[in-house]
Amino acid sequence: MKFTEEHEWLRPEDDVIVVGITQHAATQLGDIVFVELPEVGTEVTKDDEVVVIESVKAASDILAPLDGEIVEINEALPDNPALVNEDPQGEAWFFKIRPSEPQQMDEYMDEAGYLALIS
Amino acid sequence: MSELLKTPLHDLHVKLGARMVGFAGYAMPVQYPAGVMAEHLHTRAHAGLFDVSHMGQVRLDGAAPGALAAALETLIPQDVRALGVNRQRYGFLTAPDGGILDDLMFANRGDHLFVVVNAACKVADIAHMRAALPAGIAVTELADRALLALQGPAAENVLAALDPAARDMRFMDLRDLTLAGLPVWASRSGYTGEDGYEISVPAADAAALAEALLAHPDVAPIGLGARDSLRLEAGLCLYGQDMDTATTPAEAALGWAIQKARRTGGARAGGFPGADTILAQLDGGTDRLRVGLRPQSRAPMRTGVPLFAESEGGVQVGEITSGGFGPTLGAPVAMGYVPPTLAQPGTQIFGELRGKRLPLEVSTLPFVPNRFKR
Repeated sequence: MKFTEEHEWLRPEDDVIVVGITQHAATQLGDIVFVELPEVGTEVTKDDEVVVIESVKAASDILAPLDGEIVEINEALPDNPALVNEDPQGEAWFFKIRPSEPQQMDEYMDEAGYLALIS
Repeated sequence: MSELLKTPLHDLHVKLGARMVGFAGYAMPVQYPAGVMAEHLHTRAHAGLFDVSHMGQVRLDGAAPGALAAALETLIPQDVRALGVNRQRYGFLTAPDGGILDDLMFANRGDHLFVVVNAACKVADIAHMRAALPAGIAVTELADRALLALQGPAAENVLAALDPAARDMRFMDLRDLTLAGLPVWASRSGYTGEDGYEISVPAADAAALAEALLAHPDVAPIGLGARDSLRLEAGLCLYGQDMDTATTPAEAALGWAIQKARRTGGARAGGFPGADTILAQLDGGTDRLRVGLRPQSRAPMRTGVPLFAESEGGVQVGEITSGGFGPTLGAPVAMGYVPPTLAQPGTQIFGELRGKRLPLEVSTLPFVPNRFKR
């Protein structure tokens, strides 16, 4: 599992990477009331805005952490945005991306690095 | 940038685990550990305690009651003279061009008037009142007092357990109470659409009063985040956002707050700053109106979202001035300005969000029915 400075987690699963936001991010954002996911099949470039999440307080963008293709989205989230607060690092994953440049994963922190960042 | 001011409840907020933010120059709790959603719903179901000590509490005196009321009438379009003793009213300071300088609550306290103004405007409001009111009228900021709001359906029982007289008050009454041995005055009013009270207490007693109220199992501390979503669901304006010096009372749909006596044909018509413009608009209409808006998708539409009559093309017709998620409704809600031709409830318009036009329906206000004890 890797982590970005944008508070995303990246979990390799076969040949794709599952992406979500960290518990820390979910706590900071507060109650999530809206999630807009990209369409399956979308080709994205690293740092593209791919997900919009809105809490009771504000809107935030989630950036694509890697170049690649969105191959699956979490259909449960738009109807139940609160899942992001309940289980951000489990059930509430956002999308799965098939990376075209898998070595981009190397740029990201491991869990110890992330915990140091937020401490 | 100067240091943020602290209210008398600052240490209590920190102890309760509040996330503190800067607001109008004060360090204020935006939320407690329960979070905005839970705090909002708790207030609607039980009772919420809000620290609103950043607001300006002002005393006007130095003239006979009639003269004092007449003096304040030169600055606001409300009927002050007909206000009974220990009754309160909503009002606003107006500018010569008809704009709104601030909104406020004012109460007749017999030998003086008690006025509560917005934190961000209080310095300017007090200077304006001192400059514009006749010599001899003293404008005193009660800076040694805190202001607490207890809001929600359980508020009456909570307060009556401490002083039974609280139960006898009706909406917009003001009364001296003794709560947990502390002398306060309270009005039956608030900013949530719920029944409730706003309690003025000496700063030195504020923490003890807050702790006494929080000791009741129905009472939870509520931050500014939920205060904003509660007032938005109640259709209440936030000064600086839903109205300001560039909006007039008629545009802001606040005509209900201008009593007959001050309107065209009334006993004391006009005589306040901007009266010509304001009365002409109340009689003849305006080019834009504040309305309630219900976004038809789940996406909240917030302050600044441009509004259009059509799903594509056309020119911008207005703008959202407040918007977010309404926890009671479980759906996004907003307020904004549109031309009168689009102001009819049920009208479909569009807001442009992240490059897409999404439908909104013009709605009556409030979104959640008021539950005042009239």
